[in-house]
Amino acid sequence: MAGEAHSEEAGLVFHPMDQFIVKPFFGDGGVSWYTITNSTVWMALAVLAVFALLVLGTSKRSVIPTRMQSVAELAYGFIYKMVEDICGKDGVKYFPYIMTLFMFIVFANFLGLLPMAYTPTSQIAVTALMAFAVFFGVTILGFVKNGASFLGLFWVSSAPLALRPILALIEVISYFVRPVSHSIRLAGNMMAGHAVIKVFAGFAAIAAIAPFSILAITAMYGLEILVSFIQAYVFTILTCVYLKDALHPHH
Amino acid sequence: MATEPINMELAGKCVNEFGGAIGMPQLCGEWFGNQIFWLVVALVAIYFILSRVALPRIGSVLAERQGTITNDIAAAEDLKVKATQAEAAYDKALIDARAEAQRIVAVAKADIQADLDKAIAKADAEIAAKTSESEKAIAEIRAGALKNVEEVAKDTALAIVEAMGSSADAKTVAAAVDAQMKG
Repeated sequence: MAGEAHSEEAGLVFHPMDQFIVKPFFGDGGVSWYTITNSTVWMALAVLAVFALLVLGTSKRSVIPTRMQSVAELAYGFIYKMVEDICGKDGVKYFPYIMTLFMFIVFANFLGLLPMAYTPTSQIAVTALMAFAVFFGVTILGFVKNGASFLGLFWVSSAPLALRPILALIEVISYFVRPVSHSIRLAGNMMAGHAVIKVFAGFAAIAAIAPFSILAITAMYGLEILVSFIQAYVFTILTCVYLKDALHPHH
Repeated sequence: MATEPINMELAGKCVNEFGGAIGMPQLCGEWFGNQIFWLVVALVAIYFILSRVALPRIGSVLAERQGTITNDIAAAEDLKVKATQAEAAYDKALIDARAEAQRIVAVAKADIQADLDKAIAKADAEIAAKTSESEKAIAEIRAGALKNVEEVAKDTALAIVEAMGSSADAKTVAAAVDAQMKG
């Protein structure tokens, strides 16, 4: 238990969850809504990184791109194509919102992998806000665009008539579970990876195990790099899928 | 057991007395407001950076590149067509030149033939003229020779007659010689 770990007893000491504590970045004291916390600082760094990549990196507007510019163009093309492929031509006007989510998550994830960094996307409050924003945005958009026929999303017209009410019930439940899974997937992945790295780091206190510990941390770190990108990708692609449901609710 | 995590969390605490985590710090409601506020700020900032500056710029750069590529391909196709045309023109010029050369050769051959024919004809005519001249000269020489033979015969006959002791009339002798020669 965490409480016991902090007592003065000797031996291995694990505080894998301490890294997720939100605390004021300047000085001590309570955390009120406007306090600049460690989470705030790393969100700001993510914003700066997005700015650096997508604005400073493309400032030359070269036809033959520099390295930074081609990375920025790659990110743009990647998300643009995703939105276009999944949501269709009429989904392209929501591209900036989806790009915003992707860039924020991908940079928060990767900056969180720096030593001593804080990972805002490991916080359920952060991912839940984004997931619920997507959920409510998409639901409202669906009703605005399609009116009551948006409910056709839950009425599987290709299934036998007898099955349809049951399927409708399942569809409704799965629809409302979406924001929960959407947010917990990202936060859970980020939290788990960071916590596991911390646990392995704790084992490094024993000299005999330390080399394996370092190897394990290295391996986990590699995996985390993968997870950082994949989770950002998954969050974005699911957002696109939900958006597609709102734009074209009929199966 | 006031130090059990669940009890401490239920008591509204997020960290224990050492500043360490209790359970999952993510679930500490006290910190939600702060994170949500700053997340909204961050997302709005990114949204404005993207929609006002970055995305239009990257989009225009990509469009410009696409345009440049399309233009370059069109220009390349143009040049290719031009090259094909130039090749065709070159081939045509080559064929024309060859035909012209053949024509010139034929004309020159005909000219030479004509000149040759003319020269041959002229030479033939000259040869013919020379031949006839020679024949005439030969005939004259022959006639001269015959006359000489006659005179020599007459003189000889007259001399023979005188030598035989009879006077002979020159005319009679000549007539006799003529008669002999014709006979």
